[in-house]
Order: sequence, then structure tokens, then C-alpha cells
Amino acid sequence: MTTNFIIYPILYQAITAILLMFFWRNPKTQRLLSILSSSFGLVLAVSLFVFIWQNGTTALQAGNWAAPFGITMVADTFSASLVVLTHIVALAASIYSSEKVISSRIKFGYFPIFHLLIMGLTGAFLTGDIFNLYVWFEIIIISSFVLLTLGGRHHQIEGAVKYFTLNMLASIIFLTAIALLYGITGSLNMAELSVIIPQIENKGLVQLIAIIFFTGFGIKAGVFPLYFWLPASYHAPPAAVSAVFGGLLTKVGVYALIRVFTLIFDLDEFNSTLIMVTAALTLLSGGLGALVQKDIIKVFSYLIICHIGFMIAGLSMNSQVALIGAVFYMFHDIIIKSNLFLISGLTSSIMGSSKLEKMGGLLNAYPKISLLIAIPLFALVGIPPLSGFWPKLSLFGASLSSGNYTLLAFMIFASFITLFIIARIWNQVVAKPKPGKFPENGFNTYSFKQKAAFIVPIILLSLVTLYISFGAEHIQILAERISNELLNTEQYYQAVFKTINP
Amino acid sequence: MELILAILTGVLYAAGIYLILRRSLVKLIIGLVLLGNAINLLIFLMGGLVEGNPPIISGEEKVLAEGFADPVPQALILTAIVISFGLQSFAIVLIKRAYQVVKTDDLDQMNTTDKIE
Repeated sequence: MTTNFIIYPILYQAITAILLMFFWRNPKTQRLLSILSSSFGLVLAVSLFVFIWQNGTTALQAGNWAAPFGITMVADTFSASLVVLTHIVALAASIYSSEKVISSRIKFGYFPIFHLLIMGLTGAFLTGDIFNLYVWFEIIIISSFVLLTLGGRHHQIEGAVKYFTLNMLASIIFLTAIALLYGITGSLNMAELSVIIPQIENKGLVQLIAIIFFTGFGIKAGVFPLYFWLPASYHAPPAAVSAVFGGLLTKVGVYALIRVFTLIFDLDEFNSTLIMVTAALTLLSGGLGALVQKDIIKVFSYLIICHIGFMIAGLSMNSQVALIGAVFYMFHDIIIKSNLFLISGLTSSIMGSSKLEKMGGLLNAYPKISLLIAIPLFALVGIPPLSGFWPKLSLFGASLSSGNYTLLAFMIFASFITLFIIARIWNQVVAKPKPGKFPENGFNTYSFKQKAAFIVPIILLSLVTLYISFGAEHIQILAERISNELLNTEQYYQAVFKTINP
Repeated sequence: MELILAILTGVLYAAGIYLILRRSLVKLIIGLVLLGNAINLLIFLMGGLVEGNPPIISGEEKVLAEGFADPVPQALILTAIVISFGLQSFAIVLIKRAYQVVKTDDLDQMNTTDKIE
């Protein structure tokens, strides 16, 4: 099955970015256009998903060059679902930026770069070529550098130096791995690599390359010893940008890890132990890091790291149930983390500060908003029946049945820490009385349109969370199908190589 | 030739890693530039060195002659050079800005983002 449909979401975002550049000096038009195009982008992404759901894994050979020679774009259920989630988050961030981001930022190209970032994310999920994946990663990081530094305040620049160095290092490590991989296999096509790698005699070299890949993607994903760039930079940009970063950028690293370690490399004893230890330490260090932070955005930044651990743990156990858990957790986490960063932006503008000690009194002043932010906060911990509960069920079940009790202990400990942190945030932000007064030109004085731009994206993402919670059966079926596709690499290979060109 | 290039690649990697571990911002960028060059050489080397046999199909033949130079690594290097050029120019502007805003080029002084407050 082949179709041009696969690249439409990518092309569409590129065209949107170019179109937005024509309105360089006109923030009002850009805001409107960005929301409109993000909505239509979501429609495109959903129709791609429906297409893939009906037709199975589909490949596109760029320029009609037959499979191992050209660049292949592949959409399976995993990538198509992630594209849909990307566009949901993009729509929420677009609406949120429409009022929150000041005009001077927009006049320096905020929206075009934002859409290029979404294009990079979509491309990274849809590509079937390992070098092309590198190129999409570069598009993602260069756009994120610009979004991070736009505004040029002290902490932004300082965060950007750290973010830049480590992400560039990650790309260099990733490229080193690609070079070595090309040297021993002579191919860059992921489907072909999945067939060649098991035949390579020099297992030691393959192992080495797998670990270099793990290091490169690990920096992007923010796993245990490699995450220090993340909390140093994620609090710097505006909340809408942090939401996209927090929800999606680390998940691209996780996506690449899952893809590479199911399709190309074998999860043997050594690899799986390595990933498992990393996962356990990520859970622990992220959780403990979040415990000591006193700024709501930094607490959420550390929670990202903590919860990356769950997904990596699911990958490391190398069983179908664990993979279902990992994939389900990823879907749940993308929406929740984006939502939490939007909420942190909302609460900071209500309270006039993002420091936890200066917050409070939300329940009395804004009871409806309190109720609204309760949904993602409780779903994050996984209070049944909210969305965090279901993937943990699979993950805990898989670690019990495979006898990884230590990992299970770490996962339960991380859940407890998360619960404690959520209780603390609830207490500090919502329940306790506000120390001092609410700021003068605060949320109350905003016009209806401005309030809507704050609240609508949070409602949108909370609704998606509620759907994942109460429609867990659907997501479970989806995750099962994805795990089947991930474990059955033969079918991926067939989709890429047996395509009949029209 | 392979041996010389392999040693050169190793030296560039080592020098790059040494420089990014220094405290100075400028040395950090130079380190990243050196690493970028090292990886280009590595890709070039991993494709295999072939002398005087370009991958061009001559007039009458249908396929390439045996032992031709692999064009793929060259395409990869070209892409990687362009990307790292863009990133490096961004980096240089960034460190200039960082020096103006933070008023230091010592990375140990750039620690306000890690403070808990």
C-alpha cells in the first residue's frame, strides 16, 4: 500500500509556516491563522490515522525510488497516533499563544517557527529512514532553540546555552551511531536494517552501536544521568512553548528508542538490563528532584523526567504487555504534561508568581478553575478511573509476571512520590489561603477573549484526558495493535518493500 | 590513508570532548565545531575510501563498474555539514548574547537556572 497522504501533514505545516511569514509584521492575522491552520492540521492528522487504521502500515517512497535506495516515509499505527496527539497539543498551544504570547515575540517569527517545530515532530514520527530521522531531529532542535531564546531574558539565554550544548551533543552521538551503522550494514533504511542486523557476525560492534544510539536518544528523552539540560531550560520560555516541549520533545526521544529497539536492535539480556537500570534510576532521580523544587514549573519539569522512566521501563521488559503499557503511558503522558505546563502558565498569571510559596487561595477565588485543574493533576498520579491508572496496570502486571520485582518497587515508589507532589501542589496552589494579595492587573481584569484563550486549551486537553480515562478500552485496543505491529517487524518490512508503485 | 584519517578522527573527537568540558563558552563552541568535523570524517571513512572511480555510469553500460566510490556518505556529509553550519552560526550568536546578558563567559557562573528558590 502506498500513498502520498503520509507526507500531507508535514507539507501542510511547512506551507503554514511559509504563509505565516507573509504576515510577519501583523500579529493579529498570525494569531488567527495559526489557530485556523492548527485546527485543519488536526483534521488532516485524524484522517491520516483513520486511513492507517483501515489500511494497515503504509509506506511512501520519495521520488518513487524503490525501497532501500530512496528515502522512505512509513506510517504505522504508532506513528499515526503520535501525529494525531502532536496536532492536538499543537492546537492547544496555538490557542494558548494567541493571547498569552506578546506581540513583540510574534513580530520575531514566533508562529512560523512554532509550525516548523510541529512539522519536525510530525516528520520524525513518520520517517522510515534513520538518517532522515536525524534530519527531522535537527529541524526540531533548531526550531526549539529559537522558541527557547525568543525574548532574550537572562534565564532564557542561560537555559538555552545548556539546552543547546546537550542537544547538539546528542545529535553528534546519534550521527556517530548512524555512521557506524552505515559502515557495517551499508543501509539507512530502517526496514532493511531490521533484516540485515541479525545477520551481522560481529555482535560486539552491533552492541556498541546500540548503546551509542541509546545514549544519543537518551539525552533527547531525558533519562537518568543525561537529563540535566531539561529542568535548566524548560521553565524559561512562555507556557505555550513549554507545553509543546514538555509534552512532545522528550517523547520523540522515547519514540525513537522504542522504534530502534523493537525494529532494528535486539533487546537481549544486556540491552534490556541496561535500559531497565536506567529506567529505575530515572524514576527515582526525577521523583526526588521534583520533591525539592519550589517553583511549580520546575516541579513539572522534574516530573517529566520521572515519568519518562515508566515508558523506558515498559520498553526494557521486552514483553507485549509491557510494551502496551509503555505505549499507553506515552499517549496519556503527552496530553497530561502539555496540560500541566499550560496550567502552570495559567496559575502563575493568576498568582503573579510561579513560586509555590507565593501561591494559594485558588479554591476560594476561582472554584471552577480549581475543579478543571483537578482533572489533569489526579490523572497524572493515576487515581482510578483517570488515565494514569490504566497503563500502570499493564506495566505493573508485566513486571510481576516477568519477575522484575526491583523495577516494580521503583515504579511504585515513583507513583507514591508523584502522589505526594500532587497533594503538595494541590495544597499549596489551591487549598491554602493566598499569602498577600492577587496581583492588580491579574486574571480578573482580563477580557473574555483573553480568558477564553487561557481556559479553552486546558479544557480541550482535559477532555482528551477524560476520553483516555473513560474510553480506556479503545486506547487499550489501539495500544495492543501498536504493540503487535512493533513486535512483528516482518510486517513493517513487507509494507516498505512490497509496495506496488502506482 | 585510512589509518591517517582514522587517527585524525580520533584526535578530533578527543579534542572536541576535551574542549566542551572546559569552563569557557568560546571553547565550548569550538569543541562542538571540532566534534561536528570529526563526525563528518567518520561518515566519510565508514563509506570506504575509493580512489579515482566516481559513481558515474559510462555511456554504453547499464550498471556501475565494480569498486566504485559510494555516493551515499557524500550526500550524508553534505547534509550534515549544512545542518552543523546552521547550528554553529546560531551557537556563535547565542554565546555573544549570553556574554552580553549574563556578563560572564565562565560556565560555572551560569548556574542560576539550577538554583532552588
